[in-house]
Amino acid sequence: MDRLNFDIAHMFAGALVLVSFMLLYQDRLYALLNMFAMQALVLALSVAWQASIQHAPHLYITAAITLVFKAIVIPVALHRIVARLGIHREVETVVSAVPTMLAGIALVALSMVVMLRVTQGADALAREDLAFALSVVLLGLLMMVTRSNAVSQVVGFMSLENGLILAATGAKGMPLVVEISVAFSILIALIVVGIFLFRIRERFDSVDMQALDESRGKSR
Amino acid sequence: MNAFVANNVYLILFLPMLTATVLAVLPGYRLSARINMASAFLTFLAALSLFIDKPVSGHYLLIDDLNIVFVVLNTFVAFTTSVFSASYIAHELETGHLTETHLRFYHTMYQVLLGAMNLALIANNIGLMWVAIEVATLTTVLMVGIYRTDRALEAAWKYFILGSVGIALALFGTILIYMAAQPVVGEGLNGMVWTVLIAHVAEFDPALLNLAFVFLLLGYGTKVGLAPLHAWLPDAHAEGPTPISAVLSGLLLNVALYAVLRFKLLMAANPKAIAPGPLMATLGLLSLVFAGFMLYRRKDIKRMFAYSSIEHMGIIAFAFGMGGPLANFAGLLHMTMHSLTKSAIFFAVGQIAQAKGTQKIANIRGLTVTHPLLGWGLVVGVIAIAGMPPTGVFMSEFLIVSSTIARAPLLAVPLVIGLLVAFGALLLRLHGLAFGEPTGSTAPVKASSLPLAMHLGLVLLAGIYLPPPLVAWFQHVAIMLR
Repeated sequence: MDRLNFDIAHMFAGALVLVSFMLLYQDRLYALLNMFAMQALVLALSVAWQASIQHAPHLYITAAITLVFKAIVIPVALHRIVARLGIHREVETVVSAVPTMLAGIALVALSMVVMLRVTQGADALAREDLAFALSVVLLGLLMMVTRSNAVSQVVGFMSLENGLILAATGAKGMPLVVEISVAFSILIALIVVGIFLFRIRERFDSVDMQALDESRGKSR
Repeated sequence: MNAFVANNVYLILFLPMLTATVLAVLPGYRLSARINMASAFLTFLAALSLFIDKPVSGHYLLIDDLNIVFVVLNTFVAFTTSVFSASYIAHELETGHLTETHLRFYHTMYQVLLGAMNLALIANNIGLMWVAIEVATLTTVLMVGIYRTDRALEAAWKYFILGSVGIALALFGTILIYMAAQPVVGEGLNGMVWTVLIAHVAEFDPALLNLAFVFLLLGYGTKVGLAPLHAWLPDAHAEGPTPISAVLSGLLLNVALYAVLRFKLLMAANPKAIAPGPLMATLGLLSLVFAGFMLYRRKDIKRMFAYSSIEHMGIIAFAFGMGGPLANFAGLLHMTMHSLTKSAIFFAVGQIAQAKGTQKIANIRGLTVTHPLLGWGLVVGVIAIAGMPPTGVFMSEFLIVSSTIARAPLLAVPLVIGLLVAFGALLLRLHGLAFGEPTGSTAPVKASSLPLAMHLGLVLLAGIYLPPPLVAWFQHVAIMLR
C-alpha cells in the first residue's frame, strides 16, 4: 500500500515537471494560459494526494485554493485581459524553442543531481518530491527569462510558485507556510493582473516589455 | 507599567497596522501626514522600551540583543523619514505629481511597510519572517510605481519580478531548512522556530543545510542588493518617491541583511556545514568593487546614491562575512551609520530635486550658492558616506579595513581599491553638484531640514564620540554573531 501511495505521489510530481516543460514552448498566449491551468490542476491533485497520505486535512484547503484560483479564476481573468488587449495572436520569445528546451533539460538534470545527492538522509518521498519541485522552480525561472511578454512572465512566476507549493506540501508536517504562501500567490496574481497590466495598458498600447525598454530612452 | 512593557512587542506590530487602517479611510493629506508621524514616533518609543524590559520570546516572536538594534534603528529612521515625507509630499501635491487619493494610498502603504519590517525583524519563525519580507516587498513595489510614469512602471515591474524571484528562492531555502530540521526536532511548528533550530542545528544534515543556505543567500541577497542580483535596486530608488528611496536604502536592505545574518548564525552553529562567511564576503566584495566603478557613469542623482547603497551593503556583508568580534562590531556600526547617512542624503536629494525640478546631475550646479543649507547638508552627507574623517562611517570603514589587514591581507587589496574608487567618484560628482556656477531655480525650499540635520549630527557625533553603553552593546552582539 505504501508503495502505491509513493508511486502515485511520484507520478503527480513528475507530471508537474512534464507540464512545466510543455509551458516552455507554448507560443500562443491562449495555449499558454490553458497549459498553466493544466499545471495548476495537476498541482491541486498532487496536493490533495499528499493531504490524504499524510493525513493532513489542512492540505485539502491548499488543494482547493490551488484548484479554484490558479486553475480557474486566474486563467480566466488573464484570458479576458489578453482578449481585451487584442494580443492573443503572438508571444515573442527572446530565445527560440529548441535552446529553451535544451536548457530546461539541463536544469532538470541539475536539480536531480543536486537534490538527490544532498538529501540522502531524508525519506525517499520527500527527497524526490524536492527534486521535482526544484525542477519546476528552475523551469519557471527559465520561462521568466526567455519571455518578453508581461503576461507570460507572470505565468512563469506563478509556475515557479507552483513548484514551491509542491516542495512545501512534500515536506511532511510543514506548518503555517502552505496556507500563507497560497494566499500570497493570489495576492501577487491580483496585484499583477489588476494594477500592472492595467497601468501598462494606460501608457502603451501593448503589454510587451520590450516596449517598456524602448520607452526609457537614452537618458541614463 | 509592567503590562505596557510586556506588550511593547505587540505595540511595535499593531500600531503600524492600526494606523494603516485609519489612514486608509481618512481623507485629507495634512492630517494623515501628522498621524503618520505621530504613529511612527510612538512605534519608535515602543521599540526603545525594549531596552528596559525584554519580553520573553515565544513560538512566533523573538526579542534578543541582536534584533533590538535593528528594530530601534528601523523605527527611528522610519520616524524621521515620516517627518521628511510630510513636507515632501505637500510639494508633490502642489506640482500635481500626486493626487489626494495617491497620498492616502501612500500613507497607508508606508505604515504597512513599517509594520511588515518590524514583524520581519522580531519574527522567531522563519516562515513568518519570510511572509513579512514578502509583504514589505509588495508594498514597496506599489510605492515605487506610484508616479505612473513609464519609467516608474518599468522600475516597479523590474523590482517586482526580481524581488519575487529572490523571495521565491528564499522560500525554497526556508523549506529546505525545515526538511533538515524535521528528522531532529519532529514535525510541525518546532521545525520553523529559530530558537529551537539554533539549539539543535548541530545535529542537522549538513548537506541539506548547505543547499538551503545557498538558496537563502541568493534569495535574501537579492533583496539586500548584492552584486549579481542588484539590478532592481537603482531603478527602484530612482523612480519612486524620495522618502521611499530613503526607507529602501536605510531600512529594507537592512531587514533583508538581518534575515541573512540569522541563517548565517544557524550555519555557523553546525560544525559540519560549510562556513557561510566566505560566501558572504565574496558577494560583498564583488558588490563593493562593482558599485564603486558603476558610480562614475551615473547621470541621475538618485541612481548614483542607489549605487552607493549597493557599495555599502557590500561592505557590510563583507564585514559580517569576515566574522569575529572586531569585524562584526564594525559591520554593525557601519550598518547603523549607513542607514543614518544614506537616508539623510536622500532627504537632501529629494529637496534638491524638487527645488531644481530635475534629477539629472548635469543640470544641478552650485547648490551651496543657491540653497546654502541644502547644499552644505549634501556636502556633509556625501563626505560622510564617502568615509572621510571625522564621521562615523570613517570609523567603521577603518575598523573593517584594519581587521581585514590583520586577518586576510590579500582581501584588503580589493577592499581598499573598491573604497577608494567609490570615494573618488562621489567627491568628483559632489564637486559639480555643490560648487561652481549655479544653474536652475533659486526658489527656496519650504521643507523642514530637521531630519537631515538630526541624522548628520548623529553621524558626526558617532565619529567623535561613541557612548560606552552603545559600544558595550555592539560588542556583546558582535560576539553573539561569532
